[in-house]
Amino acid sequence: MLMIRPQDLLCPKPEGLYCAPGDFYIDPTRPVARAVITHGHADHARAGHGAVLATPATLDIMAERYGAEFAGSTQAAAYGEAVPRDEVEVTLVPAGHVLGSAQAVVRWKGLTMVVSGDYKRRRDPTCPAFQPVPCDVFISEATFGLPVFRHPPDHEEIARLLRSVAQFPERSHLVGAYALGKAQRIIRLLREAGWDAPIYVHGALERLDALYQRHGVDLGDLRPATTGAKADFAGQIIVAPPSATQDRWSRRFPDPITAFASGWMRVRARARQGGVELPLVISDHADWDELTATVDELRPGELWITHGREEALARWAELHGVPAKALKLVGYEDEDDG
Amino acid sequence: MKAFADLLDRLSLTASRNAKLRMVSDYLRETPDPDRGWALAALTGDLAFDAAKPAFIRKAVEERMDPQLFWWSYEYVGDLAETVALVWPARPGANREPELSEVVEALRSASRAEVQRLIEGWLDALQPTGRWALLKLMTGALRVGMTARLAKRAAAEMASPPVEVAEVEEIWHALHPPYEDLFAWLEGRSERPSSENPGRFRPAMLAQAIDEAVDFEKLDPADYAAEWKWDGIRVQAVNEGGVRRLYTRTGDDISKSFPDVVDALQAEGVIDGELLVMRGGKVAAFADLQQRLNRKTVDAKALANFPAAIRAYDLLAEGAEDTRTLPFAERRQRLEAFVAKEASPRIDLSPMQPFDSWPELAALRATPPSGDPQIAEGLMLKRWDSVYEAGRPKGPWFKWKRDPFLIDAVLMYAQRGHGKRSSFYSDYTFGVWTQDELGQRSLTPVGKAYFGFTDEELKQIDKHVRDNTVERFGPVRSVRAEPHHGLVFEVAFEGLQRSTRHKSGVAMRFPRISRIRWDKPPGEADELATLERMLAQMEGR
Repeated sequence: MLMIRPQDLLCPKPEGLYCAPGDFYIDPTRPVARAVITHGHADHARAGHGAVLATPATLDIMAERYGAEFAGSTQAAAYGEAVPRDEVEVTLVPAGHVLGSAQAVVRWKGLTMVVSGDYKRRRDPTCPAFQPVPCDVFISEATFGLPVFRHPPDHEEIARLLRSVAQFPERSHLVGAYALGKAQRIIRLLREAGWDAPIYVHGALERLDALYQRHGVDLGDLRPATTGAKADFAGQIIVAPPSATQDRWSRRFPDPITAFASGWMRVRARARQGGVELPLVISDHADWDELTATVDELRPGELWITHGREEALARWAELHGVPAKALKLVGYEDEDDG
Repeated sequence: MKAFADLLDRLSLTASRNAKLRMVSDYLRETPDPDRGWALAALTGDLAFDAAKPAFIRKAVEERMDPQLFWWSYEYVGDLAETVALVWPARPGANREPELSEVVEALRSASRAEVQRLIEGWLDALQPTGRWALLKLMTGALRVGMTARLAKRAAAEMASPPVEVAEVEEIWHALHPPYEDLFAWLEGRSERPSSENPGRFRPAMLAQAIDEAVDFEKLDPADYAAEWKWDGIRVQAVNEGGVRRLYTRTGDDISKSFPDVVDALQAEGVIDGELLVMRGGKVAAFADLQQRLNRKTVDAKALANFPAAIRAYDLLAEGAEDTRTLPFAERRQRLEAFVAKEASPRIDLSPMQPFDSWPELAALRATPPSGDPQIAEGLMLKRWDSVYEAGRPKGPWFKWKRDPFLIDAVLMYAQRGHGKRSSFYSDYTFGVWTQDELGQRSLTPVGKAYFGFTDEELKQIDKHVRDNTVERFGPVRSVRAEPHHGLVFEVAFEGLQRSTRHKSGVAMRFPRISRIRWDKPPGEADELATLERMLAQMEGR
């Protein structure tokens, strides 16, 4: 009898992680015939594949971003629903990253491999929590795979923002947040902290905000940040994609204080470089403690690391008795988001 | 500790002076004694510890975590205190977070060995920002872009109604951290603390810049004395009741850096004057004085090579008598006698520059007589009948600066500004032409400026930068700078000095954009040789 090896089930290829017995790729970075998509961020969910399997919310997000014709055919899989793909069985379970985000659980001949996609462990009011699945091989992201990245509790960061708003009532606060997931989570967290005033949003966020609201995430009173006199924005919070906060677009607001919600904001030099005066360390990715705690909790037979700062997490795993290897997949960005 | 840490965190990333003032005065208003007093002392530089050396901090963290993981982290972050603050693996069951005052009080009474154990316990109890603030405090330098004066101004502003910063400065040296008496006064709960301590600082009288177009018509030259404006730093030398001190014009005590000058103070009294490096009665360039400034300790070599002295221009007290209420003419006579009595080569008199009319004085300013006036910054005008009044009163004293040096330089790099200007490329690096042996011309950067233009001009330059970007490096863009394409600035500056840190070998003092030469082709901008000639002239007077 031949040994079943993990690399026979999933192996890295230039297009992305490939499953030969099921003939599909997971989050391929180039167009392929069959794809499983973990979540809607552009570097994981690209247009132009033949057939796409994803959660209903992820399919919605892709259609919103790329148009209804973004793939040859689509198949929606609810969380926990086992879907056969040739010889293998694929189950999508919550990853806690953004709305619709999932881990891909791939089972074949008694072997279970879990592809985390991007994930986090802390509570997110805009999506269901990460669900740990016992597995032989855990294939983890490592965007924040360095011990310096330790995200503080969200509510503390939101409290710092609200304190600054109270301290500078004549100025506006411009919060840079990635358009999918982060922006809606910030808005939701502000609502939970009791900020009932209208929140002004950049045009690039409007469609995704509406999508989140359709999926039952109550974002409250949102208004376009494009109309109104400069003085109207005094004491107000404006949410915009990170690129807009420092651009000419921001000149319409009264003496704005630039905030940026990202895990990268943990490092002061990153904040300073970006001209950020109020860094908010809020991330949709697992921080170092969450990454290591997850490995510890699952104790997989092997840890594979897809992207991010692989070497540090691999070393930590080895020191803790979990064999680890870096796949060095290319094409996943870690600069814009956190 | 948390509130203090959050304050430092915000200050370190905030550029606007007004925003910083508000953050500090809000903190002082909301934080109870004695924490706020220790915080104020830390911000004014009156509280610093060297309780923890970097080597100790590093050793402590490497005992707790894999050194390789620490090294990767340090490599990524680049700052030891920040790295340790972020990676510190707390032990379970840590104590509650310490208050700032607990930290300060414990450090003051602990032995060296105890200190290290205490620090580890605090690092366990604190969160990353708190750990970062603690380590900054422990290693001696906050570096959050606060000056002592700005911190004192924030204290003055927390009072209701606000008081003048000079009122705080005048009593500062009678105060000791954690300043409970100061806050009691600022909050209207008690009298102003006494400032009658011997050796105290007297808030300085400052001059207004003269507006040539308006002011001279209204002023009678007979009412004013003129003297040269020296290019050193303004100091106040106090010898009173056996206490001898040297203060900057904002009341910072710099006695320790200038023992040679302090030793020269023999007669009891208070001199207002300029601190300069002087050799054989002749003033040296400002660059020489810089060799003595910002040094915590002075070695014999620096004392010998850069001898400091005071050029006196006013007398604020003589013996026990406060002379500030006397008119300037009378103070001047007393000063002349006082300096003669001191009879020290380290204290001389700033000579008066006689003149009869404003045009005559203007000519002297344009072409100063030989000797020290050649490197003066310009002229000072003081009303003969003016009393010595703290602050910057309008009318009695004027400064009339020499015209700045001007060159035409080419915009090479532009960097995003901060705060209000964060959407603009507002910090400009400019260069002048050099020639190599083959006659090939290229630009070499000679300075950086971020003011001197209007908001409207800033918009235009910003557009030029965006339209002519060659490359981007993070917040910096390189801008097209070719003989027939690019932007020329007329740059004004106050002086030049040699610099090994700049590739061009020269550094400008106070450079700013004086005009934007949209009309001028970059090829016609100045050459480095022009700057070298200016420098030689300044040095070879």
